[in-house]
Amino acid sequence: MKVHEYQGKEILRKYGVATPRGEACFSVEAAVAVAEQLGSGPWVVKAQIHAGGRGKGGGVRLARSVDEVRQHALDILGMTLITHQTGPDGKIVKRLLVEEGADIEREFYVGIVVDRSAQRVVVMASSEGGTEIETVAALTPEKIHKVIVDPVAGLRREQAKDLAAKIGLPATVLDHAAEFLLGLYQVYWDTDASLAEINPLILTTDKKVVALDAKLNFDDNALFRHPETKELRDLDEEDPNEIEASKYGLSYIALDGNIGCLVNGAGLAMATMDIIKLYGAEPANFLDVGGGATTEQVTEAFVIMLRNPNLKAILVNIFGGIMRCDVIAAGLVNAAKEVHLSVPLVVRLEGTNVDQGREIIANSGIKITSATTMADAAEKVVAAARGDR
Amino acid sequence: MSILINKDSRVVTQGITGKTGEFHTKYCVEYAFGKACFVAGVTPGKGGQQVEGIPVYDTVEDAKHKTGANVSVIYVPPRFAAAAIDEAVDAGMEVVICITEGVPVKDMILTRYKMRDQNTILVGPNCPGVITPDEIKIGIMPGYIHKKGSVGVISRSGTLTYEVVDQLTQLGLGQSTCIGIGGDPVNGVKHLDVMRMFNDDPETEGVVMVGEIGGTDEEECAAWVKQHMSKPVVGFIAGVTAPPGKRMGHAGAIISGGKGTASEKINALEDAGIRVTRNPADIGKLMDKSLN
Repeated sequence: MKVHEYQGKEILRKYGVATPRGEACFSVEAAVAVAEQLGSGPWVVKAQIHAGGRGKGGGVRLARSVDEVRQHALDILGMTLITHQTGPDGKIVKRLLVEEGADIEREFYVGIVVDRSAQRVVVMASSEGGTEIETVAALTPEKIHKVIVDPVAGLRREQAKDLAAKIGLPATVLDHAAEFLLGLYQVYWDTDASLAEINPLILTTDKKVVALDAKLNFDDNALFRHPETKELRDLDEEDPNEIEASKYGLSYIALDGNIGCLVNGAGLAMATMDIIKLYGAEPANFLDVGGGATTEQVTEAFVIMLRNPNLKAILVNIFGGIMRCDVIAAGLVNAAKEVHLSVPLVVRLEGTNVDQGREIIANSGIKITSATTMADAAEKVVAAARGDR
Repeated sequence: MSILINKDSRVVTQGITGKTGEFHTKYCVEYAFGKACFVAGVTPGKGGQQVEGIPVYDTVEDAKHKTGANVSVIYVPPRFAAAAIDEAVDAGMEVVICITEGVPVKDMILTRYKMRDQNTILVGPNCPGVITPDEIKIGIMPGYIHKKGSVGVISRSGTLTYEVVDQLTQLGLGQSTCIGIGGDPVNGVKHLDVMRMFNDDPETEGVVMVGEIGGTDEEECAAWVKQHMSKPVVGFIAGVTAPPGKRMGHAGAIISGGKGTASEKINALEDAGIRVTRNPADIGKLMDKSLN
């Protein structure tokens, strides 16, 4: 789960991690009020959306007067912000963060994630603040320094200090920087975060170490023990189809192609997308219906896929294991009848009772193309999407 | 021969009185030597009961003591799963197979830390389990698609593994052991660990490895294969079409920071001499070709 920058910063402050003073605003008036309360400026008006790259898209602006704060708030609230992470449609800005401006001497990077090979948490830091860590990793990997953390002892003060020194923070602020890193690590560990990224971390001209930006993500599987984090979820930032799908136990992700796919199991679902591409078309979505594939789930899956105006055909690929193919076939036929399918449907069933399953589909009275192997299914659905049948 | 489990394994099912545990235990008991292999169940506070004719104990320690169980399979709910693994490790189980999906990453980091000096081999969590055809099935896979033979299968997925096994069986290629290592970022055995076991298993003549986007397990395995593997390996990587930054169903299936893409993995596998197909319908055929 992702949260907004301002929410992340509120959590950081609770752990004593320094951030600029500021507050979230939902209206121009509130933005002006916050600016006046913060003092004499300058201020920074920042669009709050979950995607990165806000500055380049015009969503982060400096204001030198209260009038400028008002003008920026007016411009940014309600704007459609397009960044490299929002997709071509962009995101409508509904929340702002108004902060005091900072005098930056130097920018750095710090990020905390799980190192999958080490099976532990890793704290990464770099002198290249403000640049995406992917770019630094690709161009100058030697500038990224890492500490793998012992999960019982936690991040140690010497480790934090050493890391701060390695990225070039001056000797006089190392104690202060270590305090910052220890606090950030504690935020990550205590809240079951999956990402804590400060980019940039800044050294101010008066030698303070401050989180100028903050990105926190949380482990969905651990939200049950963090009701306070759950409260921070902003549904406006998520795809409404993905939200609806999750209510039915479906895992759905929209893609750019025109062939919908409905599959049981995440690995097989990805392989199905891949084979569609291999046969010359593009998948419209990832959709894992789980092990059960009940009529209700399949109906909902069809409804969600059919909302996509680009959809040209649907491929259902189910490997029936303990859930039998005849049961799945009956559910599929009912679902197809219920939603009045407007595009060609290709169904590939394999597994337990597959012959009975195929018979149910053949005798259903609705137009469904049956396929045997995954290759056969891909070939048929790609042809159907092109109108070659 | 086989790896990890065989007809002499004695299994304790943790969470046997839950709906999922009871349902799958029934099918496991019915498979091959299952009746002799599945000797105990554990649910705290329900000791003394029976499920499918299997005695239930309060603790794994107790179950081991009374029945000689040496392998555990776990179906308990996600928030209790890591503690269940810890209990099985403490009781000295040789192999622990955790089927449960949705275990918090922090719990798994702590559990892996506690296991670091132990000999227990963990498979999963979030996996379909392990099967040695015609001997024993531990997990949720459909038993009948498997056939005894000499191909080892390693996979991070569930149904995609069944797809691969089905292709192999249709071509007359039986399997020595099939292992679903699971789709979580922090887990037990990795591709590399299982590859070593298959290399050392005299019955295994070739290996299919099925990977997916996220992490670098496949790359690490490929580097080892290049140096040490004496048997043909066939590979498939799912997620060529997966967009970056999106979690594709499995907790660990995500391209993050530009790392863990399918094409990087395919390159690493091919560089190691592993025969990779981009077509998931051709995995069985490629194994067949590699063996003959």
